[in-house]
Amino acid sequence: MSARVLVGVKRVIDYAVKIRVKPDHTGVVTDGVKHSMNPFCEIAVEEAVKLKEKKLVKEVVAVSCGPQQVQETIRTALAMGADRGIHVEVSGKDYETLGPLQVSKILAALAKKEQADLIILGKQAIDDDCNQTGQMTAALLDWPQGTFASEVNIEADKLKVVREVDGGLETIKIKLPAVVTADLRLNTPRYATLPNIMKAKKKKIANVKPADLGVDVSSRLEVLKVDEPPQRQGGVKVETVNDLVRKLKEAGRI
Amino acid sequence: MTLRLWHRQSLMTTQLAELPELHQMMRQTCRDYAQKELAPIAAQLDKDHKFPAKQVKELGAMGVMAVEVPESLGGAGMDYLAYCLAVEELSRGCASTGVIVSVNNSLYLGPILKFGTEEQKKQWITPFTTGERVGCFALSEPGNGSDAGAASTLAQQEGDEWVLSGTKAWITNCWDASATVVFATTDKSLKHKGISAFLVPMPHPGLSLGKKEDKLGIRASSTANIILEDCHIPLGNMLGERGMGFKIAMQTLDSGRLGIAAQALGIAQAALDCAADYAHKRTAFGAPIGKLQAIQFKLADMALAIESARLLTWRAAMLRDAKKPFTKEAAMAKLAASEAATFVSHQAIQVLGGMGYVTDMPAERHYRDARITEIYEGTSEIQRLVIANNILKEYQQ
Repeated sequence: MSARVLVGVKRVIDYAVKIRVKPDHTGVVTDGVKHSMNPFCEIAVEEAVKLKEKKLVKEVVAVSCGPQQVQETIRTALAMGADRGIHVEVSGKDYETLGPLQVSKILAALAKKEQADLIILGKQAIDDDCNQTGQMTAALLDWPQGTFASEVNIEADKLKVVREVDGGLETIKIKLPAVVTADLRLNTPRYATLPNIMKAKKKKIANVKPADLGVDVSSRLEVLKVDEPPQRQGGVKVETVNDLVRKLKEAGRI
Repeated sequence: MTLRLWHRQSLMTTQLAELPELHQMMRQTCRDYAQKELAPIAAQLDKDHKFPAKQVKELGAMGVMAVEVPESLGGAGMDYLAYCLAVEELSRGCASTGVIVSVNNSLYLGPILKFGTEEQKKQWITPFTTGERVGCFALSEPGNGSDAGAASTLAQQEGDEWVLSGTKAWITNCWDASATVVFATTDKSLKHKGISAFLVPMPHPGLSLGKKEDKLGIRASSTANIILEDCHIPLGNMLGERGMGFKIAMQTLDSGRLGIAAQALGIAQAALDCAADYAHKRTAFGAPIGKLQAIQFKLADMALAIESARLLTWRAAMLRDAKKPFTKEAAMAKLAASEAATFVSHQAIQVLGGMGYVTDMPAERHYRDARITEIYEGTSEIQRLVIANNILKEYQQ
């Protein structure tokens, strides 16, 4: 099988960190804060590596967009079993405003350049919760998409994807090339083994700029304000059902 | 000074200030594993005195059970600094798992890697890299611990076999082990120069295990006597040369004590984690107790003790990796780290107050786990003798 898989990995603030809003309310504090690979991206890498181990794909390429530090994230993907990495250099203000639309344009351009047959992404990032990049990438490439995947099987030139949807599980068959986004129950990501961490050091990470791919990363969105969620207010106890109905009417709820 | 030497020396200095990327990644993977897979079960493993077989296999698959063993023999092919980082992070999650990993790496695989023939390495190393099997190290006896030269376990040649007889005491891992490195004397009149090392599979006719010791701490790791009665092994099972046993034991322990230093650091760090977290949450006199100087001074002293011991441990490991003498530094590291572990875990209970004394919080387990680090693989007293001997040699008239 000559299939090449592109896996997007995003460097985000670690899930266990207590997030603090910057005093100027323009964003959250990222300096000196622990970062790691987005958990859904880990699941995406694991799925790609599993496909390679089953000999259903030939090469797994890990991609990340951002400043120098994202190379750590790419190396983690390499330590999990990806073959090589691509670091798309985006820094400064461009990085602060980088969002799903620009990333999906970058991924679409890379997919064409690398002649990828499959793109696997996490369903969403835990910092912005956008849940858009996979869908936009598929649309830009005019490829079919299997999002919220909890199971992926390759059958000849088609992909059978079981999707987790509100009503339950939906099974679809889509033609390759395609975009898949990983949901929580797709797999359990492996711990990087020591030999693989050693091997990762020798694997190549190519550097490329968005301009080289013909992508404009300027944003059309402006973040106006970032606030903490409002403090939870205490509730009120009422004695009778009539009191309850009255209170709800007063609050404009009914 | 050649450019290469300068580069290497500057690398070593930078390594002390900040670990290389490879080591950071490796440390992170062990920390993640310890946090997710070991810490949640450590209290129960301790209560049940249960060997973490599943976790040991998983660690084997990660390469952690044979960090220094070359890839050609099934190991991870990394250096000793990486190994010390691994043991510290794992011990932070579960001290018993830490010692299981350490004994397999340093005390069992270590001497075979250094003194074994190619054939012995294939037979006794490769099956013990995957976590499916672990090994142990049988030096101490009921009659001698620190006095290792007085070994009374006998090895007599009978035709094309060695016959071992005697009792070994305090053997970590033995109830879960598939092989052991045993030290026995082939000629008592030569005293420590008459001791040789042997490889014995487990189970084996003539080898039986004493009852599992009911220990204060590291209870998920089994400790017991190994009793050898008319135990026959092939001549080819001797490790190294005849009479080399004491040297093998001492060199093995030099490295092993870095593994124990790392374990002690992990225990100390876990105790500090517990105390510092509590200092934020517990309020008294109208504020979190972390605001009180008495608690702050404790936390500072605890952190200082750990960081100092950690740097000593890293330095000793790096000297060993650079193939430089490291005996003095290893003894210093083990001494500092084990005393840090007992100090920090003691203070952690103090910070927690009454909560430190009950099993609801892990502080009491850290206190119990820490205590052994000052005793095994060379008591604190022996470490002081080793350091003093080295100092006196340096100042030889």
